[in-house]
Amino acid sequence: MIRPQETRGLVIFAIGLVIAAALPYWGQDYWLEIGISVAMYTAIVTSWTIFSGPTHYISLSTAAFYGVGAYTVAIGQDFLAYPYLLPIAVVLGAALALLVGLTTLRLSGVYFVIFTLGLAELIRQVVTWSQNWTGQKGVLVDAYLESHIMFWQFVALATAVFLIGWLIQRSKVGFALRVIGNDEQVAIHSGIHSSQLKVLLFMVPGGVAALAGAMQAPQAGYIEPLTAFNPQLSFIVVIMALLGGTGRIWGGLLGVMVLEAIRIFLPTHTTLVLGLFFLLIVYFIPHGLVGVILDLRHRWQAGRG
Amino acid sequence: MEIIITGLVLGGTYALVALGLNIQYGISRIMNLANGELLVAGGLAAFWFWTAGKVSPLLALVLIAPVSFVANYLIYVVMLRPLVKRAKSTGELEVNSILATFGMAFVGVGLMLLLVGGQYFSYNYLSQPIEILGSNYSLNRVVALVAAATLCAAVYLWLHNTRMGMSIRALAVAPDSAQLVGVNVDRLSALAFAIGGAITAIGGALISTFLTLDPSSGVLFTLKALVIVIMGGVGDIRGTIITAVLLGLLETFVATVIDPGLTLAATYLVFVLVLLFRPQGFFGKPTS
Repeated sequence: MIRPQETRGLVIFAIGLVIAAALPYWGQDYWLEIGISVAMYTAIVTSWTIFSGPTHYISLSTAAFYGVGAYTVAIGQDFLAYPYLLPIAVVLGAALALLVGLTTLRLSGVYFVIFTLGLAELIRQVVTWSQNWTGQKGVLVDAYLESHIMFWQFVALATAVFLIGWLIQRSKVGFALRVIGNDEQVAIHSGIHSSQLKVLLFMVPGGVAALAGAMQAPQAGYIEPLTAFNPQLSFIVVIMALLGGTGRIWGGLLGVMVLEAIRIFLPTHTTLVLGLFFLLIVYFIPHGLVGVILDLRHRWQAGRG
Repeated sequence: MEIIITGLVLGGTYALVALGLNIQYGISRIMNLANGELLVAGGLAAFWFWTAGKVSPLLALVLIAPVSFVANYLIYVVMLRPLVKRAKSTGELEVNSILATFGMAFVGVGLMLLLVGGQYFSYNYLSQPIEILGSNYSLNRVVALVAAATLCAAVYLWLHNTRMGMSIRALAVAPDSAQLVGVNVDRLSALAFAIGGAITAIGGALISTFLTLDPSSGVLFTLKALVIVIMGGVGDIRGTIITAVLLGLLETFVATVIDPGLTLAATYLVFVLVLLFRPQGFFGKPTS
């Protein structure tokens, strides 16, 4: 059952999707490149929000999942065609998330942050080591995709993530998650399997980031540990998600667009700028742009009424 | 034998760094993820003193420690106290302090990159060999170990034999109850944060005498210090020192016997095992 108040959101979403999907027909190549980046980050950031929004766990493992996806293509292409590798990347990413979740999610948030922070570095070290051992440095990707196919691929992924997020939000699971987010003790006492739910939910960003890494592989062309497991990706995703705000599912898209716009004017994301963004979020907009918008709307309505 | 001594030196300096972090986290309740950057800054300062005026790193500590103390005190009062006041729960404070110190870490790396560029900084200080039990070690490592051990002992004695040390330990064990018996939580938290910061910067200066640092190498030290603090038990000085030495030995063993590129992997493997079987740390008591 779709409730009447949800129809408006779905219609806006559908119109936005049609306009976005038509980008290859009206935009130039330059805009298509940016579109690919926006669509990819939107998918990753929104999946991050699905987990971290209600649970308040800060996951820094995006780069680890992404790299696993990229390496699924790099290693798997000798055995299978590119399209078949994508579902495998999802499964591997989700499996890795399951392992991490089982180890750390029943403990306090700090353990989780520390663990995910080092995860990408850990996997990178192991991959580098095994490559030194076999004597190869990086892997060339054979598959090639036209830019517009690449773009649609990521738009489809982002759409799927939005739908997953929406379905979770309106389900019983979503309700349980909101209870956990407000007070985990209450949730446990009401019979919600808090740890299990968190572990399962963490598999969403795991699978999505791995899939994004696999999808991106043909564009990257050459897969090596340092770029596949680039820790900066994890931080950018956190900043995009928190800047947009985790209170609403469309917050991620907002954060991605703002940061991409900044990237167009300031082509290199210097560490200093990233740091200032973190501080800006914590001290001035703790609920992200979503919070600012909802607040303004609230005030506007209060002023009218 | 060589592994044991090299491992002891590494472990001793890790102990110092983790000690600083443990005091900040265990007592001020701030998970300071900018810890590694502070360490690198300490190392950078020692490097400058040495290259600019041939001032020995040990002498430079006389200046580095108080400067770091004041800087960390200000960071706590200006940046972190508002977060402590704002937080409705420990969980919220945790998330906010993690994000804020991440921001500080990135700003720190960014500023140091502006100052020195991406270059590595290393210098030769006391690099002549010294013979211990038949093999040669460079003197700077041994000096660093002795300095680290002295400082660890001093902190331990201070915490266990003075009135202020007792208040600080009370604060670490039960922050709410400590307030009831007349401990000024706010003032002591700021003080503990500053002391932790000073110790970390000293650790950085000592490490810089025998390891090559660069502006972005802080995060690796942060990770290792965090792992040590958690394995040794939050707020437990003795646990931190023992774990740090064990980790130093493990890393040196892995680096010499298997591959130098796998030290973090080895650390993490131990970390996972601890999380799975003893999440309260080696020496911590189980919490319900």
